[in-house]
Amino acid sequence: MLDQLSWKVGGQQGEGIDSTGTILATSLNRHGYFIYGYRHFSSRIKGGHTNYKLRISTKQRFANADYLDILIAFDQETIDFNAHELRENGVLIADSKFNPVAPEGKKIRFFSVPLTQIAEDNGSAIMKNMVSVGATAAVLGLSTETFRTFLVDRFGKKGEQVVNNNMNALNAGAQYVSDQGIDLTDLQLAPGDGQERLYLTGNDACGMGSLMAGCRLMPAYPITPASDIMEYLIKKLPKVGGHVIQTEDEIAAATMSIGAAFGGARVCTSTSGPGLSLMMEAIGLSGITETPIVIFDTQRGGPSTGMPTKHEQSDFYAALWGTHGEIQKLVLAPATVEECFYMTVDAFNLADKYQVPTIIMTDLALSMSDQTVPKFDYSKVSIDRGRLATEEELAATPAGELFKRYQFAEDGISPRVFPGQKGGIHHVTGVEHNEVGRPIEDKDIRTKMMDKRLNKFDGVNLPNSYSFNGDEDYDLLLVGVGSTGGIIDEAMERLQAEGQKIGHLHIKILSPFPTEAVQSYVSRAKNILVIENNATGQLKNIMQFNGVKGDFKSQVKYDGNPYIPSEIYNYIKEMN
Amino acid sequence: MATVKDFRNNVRPNWCPGCGDFSVQAAIQKALAEVGKEPEECAVISGIGCSGRISGYINSYGFHTIHGRALPVAQGVKLANRDLTVIAAGGDGDGFGIGLNHFMHAARRNMDITYIVMDNQIYGLTKGQTSPTSAHGFKNPKSTPEGNIENSLVPAQVALSAGASFVAQSFSSDIKQLTEIVKAAINHKGFSLVVVYSPCVTFNKLNTYDWYKENLTDLATIENYDATNRIQAMATVMEHKGLVKGIIYQNENVPAYQDLIPGNQEETVTKQDLLISEEEFIKTMREYA
Repeated sequence: MLDQLSWKVGGQQGEGIDSTGTILATSLNRHGYFIYGYRHFSSRIKGGHTNYKLRISTKQRFANADYLDILIAFDQETIDFNAHELRENGVLIADSKFNPVAPEGKKIRFFSVPLTQIAEDNGSAIMKNMVSVGATAAVLGLSTETFRTFLVDRFGKKGEQVVNNNMNALNAGAQYVSDQGIDLTDLQLAPGDGQERLYLTGNDACGMGSLMAGCRLMPAYPITPASDIMEYLIKKLPKVGGHVIQTEDEIAAATMSIGAAFGGARVCTSTSGPGLSLMMEAIGLSGITETPIVIFDTQRGGPSTGMPTKHEQSDFYAALWGTHGEIQKLVLAPATVEECFYMTVDAFNLADKYQVPTIIMTDLALSMSDQTVPKFDYSKVSIDRGRLATEEELAATPAGELFKRYQFAEDGISPRVFPGQKGGIHHVTGVEHNEVGRPIEDKDIRTKMMDKRLNKFDGVNLPNSYSFNGDEDYDLLLVGVGSTGGIIDEAMERLQAEGQKIGHLHIKILSPFPTEAVQSYVSRAKNILVIENNATGQLKNIMQFNGVKGDFKSQVKYDGNPYIPSEIYNYIKEMN
Repeated sequence: MATVKDFRNNVRPNWCPGCGDFSVQAAIQKALAEVGKEPEECAVISGIGCSGRISGYINSYGFHTIHGRALPVAQGVKLANRDLTVIAAGGDGDGFGIGLNHFMHAARRNMDITYIVMDNQIYGLTKGQTSPTSAHGFKNPKSTPEGNIENSLVPAQVALSAGASFVAQSFSSDIKQLTEIVKAAINHKGFSLVVVYSPCVTFNKLNTYDWYKENLTDLATIENYDATNRIQAMATVMEHKGLVKGIIYQNENVPAYQDLIPGNQEETVTKQDLLISEEEFIKTMREYA
């Protein structure tokens, strides 16, 4: 029995590819399987090849598999583009409608199934997604009843007839494959553990995290692959008295966020590389005025418009060092969908605590891929607005004087006060200023204010800045950031099975950088390999910039696609 | 109740003696007191330029932002706390050059804020370059020594086409009219634009106090002028190349942005309880199960 397999459906954009994958993934997720879903799409509205790949497993996986076990093709292009991923003796199910031609020179099990015809016979051609899922069920030896609860949830409102039609289409697809009499027993899927979990994307988790963290305003401009966060909050915020405003550009999105934060709201905006570039001046304003905003940067292929629908991790330099002048920022990089949720909640609290611009960096693979994750824990969600002025402090403001919003404090954190509060009147400016926010050019105050802002992270070691797993007595240390985490783990497991001693250090907070901890892991390794999805080895350079010393080797990939485990495995084999 | 004194502070503006902006500052302070606001209920959000310093010269919450971005910051403040009186302010370069995009979108969005632009038809703080409202042919030793070869922008025309629900202009010498117009703008439920011709006595040797006195037409002198008629408003502005003063247009029958927000919050954002109940939390998660 298989404990994991890889399945893909492909066709033209707008042809029901996503729904086919979603029905299969959601239903199997409900039966206790772990799913990793990766969408391949083009920068087009309709038409163009698209596919949805599912990794179905009995243990948690965060990566695409090296090869494909089952491919469902709605057109010949899907076969031509994807058949090379099929493993020896894999299964190809193609719609008979387009007279599919099987790939040459490859031993596969080929099923030409009248997907569209069966769907039409059962009521409508759009149900070819159901027929495909049925065919898949037959290959995997799953009962078609596995899918019933999902169909009832999805179509129940439309009446019993619709549910039955879909069920019939599903059964007919399964029956057709079974009737071919081809041996599929090697593809029987081991049972799932029946546990209830969630299945969602990083973008959804970031949106949900924001909602739970008390974010009530979001000015944002649409951009791939970040728009889902905005769309999530457009659905959710009106129910809790909040609001998403679609701005004219990212400059407005960031500056409006700053206005809202100054006004007293918890606020976020979301974007990708081009938008992050436009936000740079505003990030400086947030920094010098100590007005906390949370920015999601879902990285895609850069520079410039780059590859809008492709994966990359190349905004780290921009996020860390972008904006002129010198400010502190919080830069967080979750590695999994689960971390997207919890780290988003953390980010809002940390932003308020340190009163700095805060950037949550995901990447396309993390933001748009679905993962099976444990249910989120309500007890881990808390809201802490940080240092707010007390009633006593406000009452103590002498008449005719301004409140010391930028009071020099030992830890650099001054009391915040929001417009509307009596005794709190003060001025805020992007010009260098004194304790009440008045513009100054005095050299001593300037120096003191800079120090106050820049020293906020002195001696601060934020929890969960990194994670470590693998062998404690490792020879080789693998270092990564973002969505590469699960892929590195799979490569590591294979090498461990061959007797290698390997550790995996994953960086979760890039600023303030956990230099000391990272150095201690690096120092223990004979070899260090930093693995990332950019061309210039940004993470490696960031480690060195932060003073981590070691003989770093670098594996980079910047062709627009995430790693598959064998790429990392093979690279390490060749290194040895 | 607050008086005009309560809106004053002890900061001496860094404007040149004779600058038109002094009167604008005084008019805003007077208007805020006369419409019955308290200083802590107001936020003045300004841009960059000579006039952008105004947020520091009025005793209220103030935010001196970055060049061209006073309007998005001001709209953010209003979104967070709809109970505040929010005034955005800046100059012609700030609002109609670098910030023009935000100006047009703020006008069509119709959030209940007031935008006061001190238009001196020149860049003052950078010492005298031609601005988007400088006239065609405007000679300026700094940036257009041979005369401005670009056409000037007519802000009121832009505001009317972008759908602003309140468009007015005034002149810094006419502080009585200016104060009344600022009051009307603050009281207007929606986006209100007040362009104030505010001469730069240091760099603009063309558009002087006398020049404005000679060239501005008071709408009160136009027979049967109807400020609720957008077509007449546009025609009048075009006829006078923008050089009018008074309330050009006001539509009191369009709802402000805040009143159209889906799920229209009963309590302003800053007063809400942010924690979601466990029951709601579980319900939200279930969508992904």
